[in-house]
Amino acid sequence: MSESNIVLQAKALAKHYPVSTGFLKPKALARALDGVSFTLTAGKTLAVVGESGCGKSTLARQLTMIEPPTSGQLLLGGADVTHADAALKRQLRQQVQMVFQNPFASLNPRKKIGLALEEPLAINTSATKVERSARARAMMARVGLRPEHDARYPHMFSGGQRQRVAIARALMLAPAIVVLDEPVSALDVSIQAQVLNLLMDLQDETRVAYVFISHNLAVVELIADEVLVMYLGKVVEQAPKHTLFAAPRHPYTRALLASTPRIDAASRQARQVLTGELPSPLNPPSGCAFHKRCPFAVERCRVEVPALEALGGGQQVACHRVAELG
Amino acid sequence: MALLEVENLSVAFGAFKAVDRVSVSVDAGEVVGIVGESGSGKSVTALALMGLIDEPGRVGATRLSFDGRDLLTMRERDRRQMLGRDIAMIFQDPMTSLNPCFTVAFQLMETLRIHEGGSTKALRARALQLLRDVDIPDAERRLDAYPHQLSGGMSQRVMVAMAIACNPRLLIADEPTTALDVTIQAQMLALLLKLQRERGMALVLITHDLGVVAEVAQRVLVMYAGQVVETAQVPQIFEAPRHPYTEALLSALPEHNIGQRRLRSMGGMVPGAFDRPAGCLLAPRCACAQPRCRAEQPPMIGDAGAQARCFFPLTQHATARVQA
Repeated sequence: MSESNIVLQAKALAKHYPVSTGFLKPKALARALDGVSFTLTAGKTLAVVGESGCGKSTLARQLTMIEPPTSGQLLLGGADVTHADAALKRQLRQQVQMVFQNPFASLNPRKKIGLALEEPLAINTSATKVERSARARAMMARVGLRPEHDARYPHMFSGGQRQRVAIARALMLAPAIVVLDEPVSALDVSIQAQVLNLLMDLQDETRVAYVFISHNLAVVELIADEVLVMYLGKVVEQAPKHTLFAAPRHPYTRALLASTPRIDAASRQARQVLTGELPSPLNPPSGCAFHKRCPFAVERCRVEVPALEALGGGQQVACHRVAELG
Repeated sequence: MALLEVENLSVAFGAFKAVDRVSVSVDAGEVVGIVGESGSGKSVTALALMGLIDEPGRVGATRLSFDGRDLLTMRERDRRQMLGRDIAMIFQDPMTSLNPCFTVAFQLMETLRIHEGGSTKALRARALQLLRDVDIPDAERRLDAYPHQLSGGMSQRVMVAMAIACNPRLLIADEPTTALDVTIQAQMLALLLKLQRERGMALVLITHDLGVVAEVAQRVLVMYAGQVVETAQVPQIFEAPRHPYTEALLSALPEHNIGQRRLRSMGGMVPGAFDRPAGCLLAPRCACAQPRCRAEQPPMIGDAGAQARCFFPLTQHATARVQA
């Protein structure tokens, strides 16, 4: 992995939201994202896994520059986003595009999809109308839509086709990074397979890097190169895909894997049902955020926040008992 | 005799048949899974069983009986008595199925009052017990909570409590875990199975998630475009599917493609209202389709335990070939 291939670097990225607790009461702080670091290389896929409320979508909002982080650093192709001026930010935004979960909500119902695809070009480039239209039609062909569909409205498409439109729109500016927020979870199994194949084909062609946010571990196992497991705003485990699925080390990662329903009895793991639910980020537990649900928690977990420690082979785990649990 | 017997249930909206001659039988205490993609008619089937199809939908069946009583000829009043008490249903989205204006206790007690009656005090005690039965922590406090104060998992537990309030003999769960996180989904499935075993309820689990069905159900019906295309026992249906659609669904799963460069995927999509093929509904997408499939609708073929709606069902040998 050479330095020049790094397209994105996050260093201790954090986002805290002040939350009103009532009139004249002090504001509480929701630590939606709390010290997340990673590196993304061109042509690779980083999967971010976790349950709702773990900070996955907050992370996406920081990466796409929708919101500035509270602290930490975000480097896009070497340029520091956090301290960039408006002109530089405008330029950097073209490098990061996003595909949302629900293709029924993410496309403007009043806009023909040809125009929806041309809009990023109209805003960010000086291409003429003819050029824009030609590029939109070329992109439609690439994502498996017929170019003559450009005069149709979103409601005339099925869910899978709409997600193709959303992917096409994200790729119009040839970005270095596409953030995919649960891109296939609203789709049926057979359509999901088509869209995942399309994403992998496009990555091979363009060397675009994906940040793939998902709660579906089976999909992640297929598409990711590296996996980040998050719990309550923090990374609890980070590892290359093969290591994570073959030898998960954090109790939360293990529970996630064991909770995923499997078809083949052989690949099913002893069902270890986690008790309780994700705690509120407004009032996180002391020490390790996971200790109230963890079957292995000891006194130390209640007091001390575990740091992310490298275990070799690119695997990092934040757990006090990782050595004992093996 | 089966608890629920359905023969040739059809639901039509205008000329479009959302459910086309579906036959199901569910024994007492049995767990039956209905799987299919969106638009396959699995939810409409459940709604029709519960009598919840409104105009302009039309429901027809040659036989629809529950516990030996004919639901087709039954008086509307008797039928309403039975629904919610003997047959209960849980819906997909717990956040929208509870009434946001009333407390948990009020909504639970309403169900009990209508079907069983009793003093307010007794009803409240029963409601509390129900919340404990579905493993809601701190149940006393939750009784007076409003739905917006509950998480998704908790709301779904309340929905389950409401459904089992009158000790139903059949519980229909329509995508009960789809809106929930993986770890909460595992809790919910464990709870449903526990209740099913303890109370000897029959459970019809409707889902798009084949993994859930494989872990929970004893028997599976696979639906496609309003028809049942295959029915068989678990795990046989997953080990040796006989209908090409079941086979294609299974091989499109990410977990069956680990280590592959690309997923095996079936082209095309489910036919809509206006482009239904004349023959087998899968024919335009099927890799094994023959001229006969395009001309003629196949019937369900096979013995009572394992049937497939296909002229050329896959044998184990052929399955291996398609997968290779």
